[in-house]
Parts: sequence; C-alpha cells; structure tokens
Amino acid sequence: MAVLTEAQTEFFEAKIARDEKIEPRDPMPDGYRAHLIRQISQHAHSEVIGMQPEGNWVTRASSLRAKLILLAKIQDECGHGLYLYSAAETLGISRDEMLAQLHAGKAKYSSIFNYPTLTWADIGAIGWLVDGAAIVNQVSLQRTSYGPYSRAMVRICKEESFHQRQGYEIMAQMMAGTRKQRAMAQDAMNRWWAPALMMFGPPDNDSPRSHDAFNWKIKRESNDTLRQRFIDKTVQQAEVIGLTIPDPDLKFNEATKHYEIGPLNWKEFYDVIKGNGPCNRQRMEHHMQVHEDGAWVREAAQKAALNGQKPA
Amino acid sequence: MESPLLQYLFRLGDDSLILGHRLSEWCSRAPMLEEDLALANMALDHIGRAKMLLEYAASFEAMGHSADDLAFGRDERHYYNLLITEVPNGDFAVTMVRMFIFSAFDVLRLEELSTSHDEMLAGIAQKGVKESRYHRRHAADWIWRLGKGTDESRRRVQRALHTIWPFTDEMFDMDDTERVLIEEGIGCDLHTLREIWKKDVSEVISNAGLTLPEDGYMHRGGRNGVHTEALGHIISEMNYGYELMLS
Repeated sequence: MAVLTEAQTEFFEAKIARDEKIEPRDPMPDGYRAHLIRQISQHAHSEVIGMQPEGNWVTRASSLRAKLILLAKIQDECGHGLYLYSAAETLGISRDEMLAQLHAGKAKYSSIFNYPTLTWADIGAIGWLVDGAAIVNQVSLQRTSYGPYSRAMVRICKEESFHQRQGYEIMAQMMAGTRKQRAMAQDAMNRWWAPALMMFGPPDNDSPRSHDAFNWKIKRESNDTLRQRFIDKTVQQAEVIGLTIPDPDLKFNEATKHYEIGPLNWKEFYDVIKGNGPCNRQRMEHHMQVHEDGAWVREAAQKAALNGQKPA
Repeated sequence: MESPLLQYLFRLGDDSLILGHRLSEWCSRAPMLEEDLALANMALDHIGRAKMLLEYAASFEAMGHSADDLAFGRDERHYYNLLITEVPNGDFAVTMVRMFIFSAFDVLRLEELSTSHDEMLAGIAQKGVKESRYHRRHAADWIWRLGKGTDESRRRVQRALHTIWPFTDEMFDMDDTERVLIEEGIGCDLHTLREIWKKDVSEVISNAGLTLPEDGYMHRGGRNGVHTEALGHIISEMNYGYELMLS
C-alpha cells in the first residue's frame, strides 16, 4: 500500500474527528486497514467457529421449540460470519485468504469457543452469558469508525438480543425445574462465568493495541468499561432466577453503584489464546476437515458455472 | 388403534421431524457458509412443520400429550416416517439427492393437501408447499451442478442416486388409513402423483447428464413403524434432551 499524501491524511483525520464513517474507497492509513482486517476477520471466524459448540446440541435439544430457536440462532451466526467476511473483503482481502490465515493459525477467533458444551445447560449459559457479553461489545461497536463494520454491527445487534433471551430462557426453565436440572444450570454457570468475563479482553492497563484503536475510533469504549457494564447487568439477572455467581469476592459497591469482582485467571486466558484450551485443536480440526470434505462440492460448483446455465 | 387422521398426522409429522433432524446434522459441516445457511433453513422448515402437525395431532388425540411428548416420547416402532427421510446423510451428494427426490414428491403431496377438507391440514400444507418448492429447486440446482461439475462430483451424485433410489417406491404406498382419508376428501391420492413425480425427477436427472437407476429391491415399512437400523440411533439422540427435562 502506498503511503498517504498529506491531503489524504488530512481527509482521513478530519473525517474521524467529525465522527463520520470511513468508507471502502476513502484513503486510510495502512495501520488502520490492517487493524480492521485483523479485527473483522477475527470477529467473522468467531461467529463461524461458534457454530460448533452450539451445533453440538441441536440434535439433542429439549423440545421442538428449543430446537427451532437454537438452530435459528446458529443460522443467524452463520449469516453474521458471512456479513463480516464481506465487510472485511471491502478492505482488500478475500474470504479464501482469511480462511487460509485461520487454518494457518495466523488469525484468531474468540477464545470462548475453546471451551466445551458438556450439558444442555451449557447451551443456556452460552446464549445468556457469551452472547450477552458479545452484545455489550457489539452495541459499542455500532459506533465504530469503519462504515461497513458499523453497519454490520447494527444488523447483528438486532439478532443478538434474541439470542440472549434464548439462553436466559433455558437457564430460567432449568432453575424452575428439578434438583438435577438446577444443579446442571449452576454447574454451567460455574464453568462459563469467568471465561465470559474474559471475552472483553485483558484489563485496560494491559491491552496492547488499544491506543491506535481508540485514536482511530475503531474501539469506542475500554475493555474494563464494557466488562463492568456486562457484570452489572448479569449479576441481577442471575439473582432473579436463583443462580449463584461463582465468585466469593463479588460485592456491590454502594458508592460507585457497581458490582466488584474478584481476580480473574488471566494466565488461563493467555494459555487458551495460545492454543492450550480444551477444544482448540478440536475446533480447528473440525473446521479444516469440513473445508477439505467440501472441496469437491466447491470445485464442482465452479466447474458447472463455467459449463453454462442450468435449464430453468 | 388410532383414528386414520391421527395416524396420517403422525406420518406427515414424522416425515418432517426425521428429515429435519437429518438436515440439522449438517450444522457447521456444509461445504460453504452459504450452504450452511440453506441447510439450516430447510431443517427449520421441516422441524417447524413437524411441530405444527404434531401440535394438531396432540389436540386431536386429546390425551393431554404435548407436541413434544409425541415428537420425543415414542419408541422405534411408533415412528411412521418414510424410510427415505432417515437414510444417513452420507456426503453432500446423498443429502441433496434425497432432498431433491423427496421434495419433488412433497411438493405434489402438499399441493393436493392444500385443498384438503380438513382446514387445519390444508393450512399447514399451504404454508409447507411454498417451502418445499424452494427445497426442490435448491436441491435440483445442486443435482445439475454436481452432474455438470467434475468427474468426482458426477461419480458421487450418480452413486447417491443409487443409494436413494431403493427408498422411492415407499413414498407412493397407500393403505386403508390413507384410502379412508381420500374418500373423506382429507388425504392425498398418491397414485395420481407418481407419474408427474417420475417425469420431474427424470428430467432433472437427465438434464444433469445422469442416469436414472433401475427399479430393484425397494425398502418399505416406515408407515407401519418398521424402520432401518438408522432410526434407533436418531431417536436415542433426538429424545435425549426431552428425557432430561423430565428427570
């Protein structure tokens, strides 16, 4: 990429300063473009990899209604993956290149999907906690400075609020159920709470790329601000249905009107990012295997397209 | 013995329930994201249709069962789906060949049922026929692409036709249950549909440069609850979550 001229730089910075969206044909610094490609492709990969832990329960859902909602939700996520790949493509990278980066381990996806969905209650916990955390982040990203990303977020947020209700409904139903079901719900809560909190990324004083992201208005609010918003909202929701937050240090601060949590295990967070989580290998192998198994279909579709039009 | 209409609702409902289950197994496994969306869509249509049919069956049965009780509370010998719906997904070619062959049939059946004297059934069929027309077209497009694609895709889709073909005869079987309903203007006369179906299927297959298999041994039994070994595996998985919520 060429270095921006002075006039182009001025144009870009003035737009950012006026809170206007940067569009695909606008001049933009290489660093801005690279940051967005990394972030949007990671976001797309997360949507797609996230289909696996939830897909794990589609065939075993507890009712026809629960099955329909879960499958519709996973289908939404697949659609989100598609919009986001398309948004990233406006920056000059192809979906194939992004998939190659994922398979080579150069591109990441949200670490949360490296945890297993062991019981039906985990589907509740994912919808409620994981999608709940994702919404807080994505609502904030609706104001991000890159137009296609921002517009994708507006659409995605509309669907995500339904996802969170889907998860909360499962948890509420189980907490109103038998002793066994309540224990299963609490167990899922115990396993998903801390990983969900770590989805917002490391604490602000330890977040390596935040500086540029804030200046470029890609990121509008800090990790800790978003995490706190999620905690305040979720602690109350847990209380309503009788779930215990698995944190002995949790307390409400009367002065700040915020809940305060105990320390999180950031070593585990970094370990899982590096590949040492319970499902890292499984998720990637599944994705690569499916990609490989489908190659003959994609080749056939391309070849057939060259062979002319299908008769009506 | 159940009333003919109740038995009929089970048959139609189970066709959609089991096919929807098979389609849902593709979740996160399609050759491309666009196809993951399409397979989930078709699964949702069928599971949604099963829900409507079994809700109607539950209200009609008046035994205090819910649609979920009917969907997930039976044993192997009390599911009445066509065997074609339970055939394992196989590769993408098997899934699409089954989808095409079944949907081509389903469209015709639902068109007939759209004018059923049973209003509820007619309503469900009117909604369903729009969905199944799309399923048929989507799958037929794939038959064409796979037939006109590479040597490998042609080999696979031809093999898939041979896998699925022995399950086609059963679709047109009718017994006393169905004959009673035809007389009452409620059910659909499958014999009249067979030629139209055969013509449609033959055309799509020959346009794709593929060969229609010869009629050989034909599997049947689903309407009487006699299934392939695959069904037991489906229901032991499918009924797990329901049983969990009872315990």
